[in-house]
Amino acid sequence: MGDPGNLVWIFVGALLVNNFTLSYFLGLCPFFGVSGRLATAFRLGLANIFVMVITSLAASFLNAFVLPHAPYLRLISFIVVVASTVQFVEMVIKKTSPALFRALGIFLPLITTNCAILALALFQTSRGYGVVEGLVFAVGAGGGLTLALVLMAGLRQEAELSSIPSMIKGTAMNLIIAGILSMAFMGFAGLFSGSG
Amino acid sequence: MATTARGGNGLPILPPDPSPGMLPEFVKGLWRENPVFVQVLGMCPALAVTNTAVNGLAMGGATLFVLVCSSFLVSALRRLIPKPVRISTYIVIIATFVTVADFALQATVPAIHRELGAFISLIVVNCLILGRQEAFASKYPVGPAVADALGMGSGFLLSLTLLGGAREVLGKGALFGVSLFGPDFEPWVIMILPPGGFFMLGFLLLGFAVAKEARQKIAERAVGKEAA
Repeated sequence: MGDPGNLVWIFVGALLVNNFTLSYFLGLCPFFGVSGRLATAFRLGLANIFVMVITSLAASFLNAFVLPHAPYLRLISFIVVVASTVQFVEMVIKKTSPALFRALGIFLPLITTNCAILALALFQTSRGYGVVEGLVFAVGAGGGLTLALVLMAGLRQEAELSSIPSMIKGTAMNLIIAGILSMAFMGFAGLFSGSG
Repeated sequence: MATTARGGNGLPILPPDPSPGMLPEFVKGLWRENPVFVQVLGMCPALAVTNTAVNGLAMGGATLFVLVCSSFLVSALRRLIPKPVRISTYIVIIATFVTVADFALQATVPAIHRELGAFISLIVVNCLILGRQEAFASKYPVGPAVADALGMGSGFLLSLTLLGGAREVLGKGALFGVSLFGPDFEPWVIMILPPGGFFMLGFLLLGFAVAKEARQKIAERAVGKEAA
């Protein structure tokens, strides 16, 4: 733990090469649901990074102290941690910055059912990351989600202005755009010879 | 045909909402309210693991199991679960059955379990399952709730198998691991890679949209003829 080269590997791997949204298909609901406007997409991405960092810390704690005694509780304890983290973050933001709270609206509680968060905790466990590695992984993965959300929102805003046959509009078009984005991100696979 | 169209707006007339009977609750999930193709729910697992038909089938089967069991339990306990903590209760119930499914798959078909990886655990956050608990199982008795879960789960299973099969045929030239076209077939490898998932679902949805529009035009013409 703490080898800087390894940390960079983890960060870039989570950010680009194995982008959570575009190559693992995680967090697709906000990816399609909230990518209509650029500003909202960016804020949701930031909220995701925040929740991911806290979840990563909590998962490291659970892995170190609780789960060795009761491995079958892994999934249940993780989901409870994610749900309570989101609840906690919601309360903190409401108290400290009501403006941001209003801007995030319904998306904040919905982060609970964002599979990317739970997946982060699970991947971190299955790859045996320590606390520092887990944090770097969380920031990279959250950054990757934000990147994908912002790219998608930009493309969709552009697509709204062009003339597109009515039957393609909507989900079908979004999926095909996402496919092309995902193909572009495959280009990053050459950055590292190993896969993570 | 005229009976399936409503005047000018072209929306199909749905039969008046039936009192929750078993059969209609089961059938609606298969096609009319198909979770993947119509409601576009549960996208993450629907795209992530459907690079072969077998994986799609396994994922669909696990989801069906979890959905039916949790719907049964939530419906049976619906008068005991306090409203303010209902979502957390559903999540804990769902997580319990997912853990059961996870261990069962690991014990019986380790190869498939390895390929599906973390996505089995991620069934917990499949919005389809939580959605059915909130929208249906928590309001109806056990019978209709289980029928609804069976229908939605089977619809999910069929869609995943269809997606996986289509991607496997194009990307590997095989179906359920059996080679279809012989050694001369040049596989369309992109289809079993991540972008292929987006493309395949996108094109399938596009196909349904085209079919729907064509059907509506036919129905409108039939209505027009009757009026004339």
